[in-house]
Amino acid sequence: MQYSFLIFESPADFEARRTDGEGPYVAAWRRYHQALVESGAYLGGAPLKPVATATTVRARDGKRLVQDGPFAESKEQLGGFILLELPSLDAALSWAARCPAAATGAVEVRPIDAGMHETICNPSASA
Amino acid sequence: MTQDARETIELVARSAYGKLVAYLSARTRDVAAAEDALGEALLEALAAWPRDGVPEQPEGWLLTAARHRLLDQQRRRRSRERHEAVLASLAEGESASADPEGLPDERLGLFFVCAHPALDPSLHAPLMLQVVLGLEAACIAPAFLVSPAAMSQRLVRAKTKIREAAIPFELPEERELPGRLDSVLEALYAAYGLGWDAIQGADDAARDLAEEALWLARVLLQRMPEEPEVRGLLALLLFCESRRAARRPAGGGYVPLSEQDPGLWSEALIREAEAQLSAAAERGRPRARFQLEAAIQSVHADRRRTGRTEWGAIALFYAELLHLAPTLGARIGHAVAVAEARGAAEGLALLDGLAPAGGSAHQPYWAVRAHLLKRLERRAEAAEAYDLALELTRDEAVRRFLRERRGSS
Repeated sequence: MQYSFLIFESPADFEARRTDGEGPYVAAWRRYHQALVESGAYLGGAPLKPVATATTVRARDGKRLVQDGPFAESKEQLGGFILLELPSLDAALSWAARCPAAATGAVEVRPIDAGMHETICNPSASA
Repeated sequence: MTQDARETIELVARSAYGKLVAYLSARTRDVAAAEDALGEALLEALAAWPRDGVPEQPEGWLLTAARHRLLDQQRRRRSRERHEAVLASLAEGESASADPEGLPDERLGLFFVCAHPALDPSLHAPLMLQVVLGLEAACIAPAFLVSPAAMSQRLVRAKTKIREAAIPFELPEERELPGRLDSVLEALYAAYGLGWDAIQGADDAARDLAEEALWLARVLLQRMPEEPEVRGLLALLLFCESRRAARRPAGGGYVPLSEQDPGLWSEALIREAEAQLSAAAERGRPRARFQLEAAIQSVHADRRRTGRTEWGAIALFYAELLHLAPTLGARIGHAVAVAEARGAAEGLALLDGLAPAGGSAHQPYWAVRAHLLKRLERRAEAAEAYDLALELTRDEAVRRFLRERRGSS
């Protein structure tokens, strides 16, 4: 079963990332990432730049609507995502609790919709 | 030969000066530096052309010479470059438009760049003023009714996004220009206003700003002749410009519009403004913001022929304008027109609807309020409002005007 972790980071954590790889927050992430890789669960992921760099796009009536800012304004902002292969939600929740951002922000755990993925990626197979 | 060279230099300097300054300052946003560099290039030309003959492309020659001077300048102060992100972006675009032929107004292009939709629309115009015209955040802030600190912070944020999200600092495609036009017009209007407010004889840089804005509006019209609002803005600026001598008489001082001598207004500029306004009306219905603003000024200009001001018409135009652009300035203008057309009490009631959040730090609000209170013979309140207006302007001529008004209340 595949799960995604949507990492919501507090403003302080975003700030803590700017330490050029020094500092406890980034060090904790390095350890966490290594643990995920060593467990064999890690499929991919990436940190995102701060929300001030976000642009939101909508297309309506054939028109492109571009807006400065994130889709949703909130104190904790989406700061990255991780894709994991795990046996169960309980395993996912355990890993999520260990995520450095969970201590001050939040980690949203969402199962990957494998059926939908198949429909989109291999339309002939599912037809 | 010598005479020929000199005449050519003068001719090129007259006809291409603005274009060359614009082209040079597009990279650096530093008009003063570009002018210095061009000045040095003209001196070089005075020495070289009589000796070596007039080059085949005099403008191109001057541009190349001025660029070398500009590069020298930049090398000298590279250590204190402030807006790294933008400068880097500007440098990237350098090779793309190094063609000295045609010399498009680079600054105008940069105005459109700053109106990228991924940037907060309320920051488009301030960004243009800072990045393209080189104004400090603190100078820009009053035009947008925010504190200097807030303006500075927001501009830093915008430039961070330009860098971090890699917003391309390149000319948008032709089809994208109309969507970005409103921000460009807003910036030109603000630039003109900043120059206008600061015209005191002493501040040449500010006076230049008003002239630059007017000039850029003309260039914009060449580029987008089918856009009625460009003509609307140009007409508006021309109406304001036509009153320069009347507003700031030679001996110093400040004269409000209603007390200006129409004989001092520039008939030529008014005629040009009227022509642009009619040309705009032929192209676009319904009237948009700047055409309405210009129409209001057109009514004022009629006083030179009729001897009176049709305040009722002005009040109607303002009411229409408030639907499109309920800016603080328009709301105050509306209150003034209503006061003149229907009595000071009605005008004051409209001002009451704005206070305090909208007008608390806005000098014209307090000046108009003081004026209306005085007419209603509410003397103590009028004096208080005059004091507040006085606190909010550093313009000595305006201060003198307000003090005189206050004194006789």
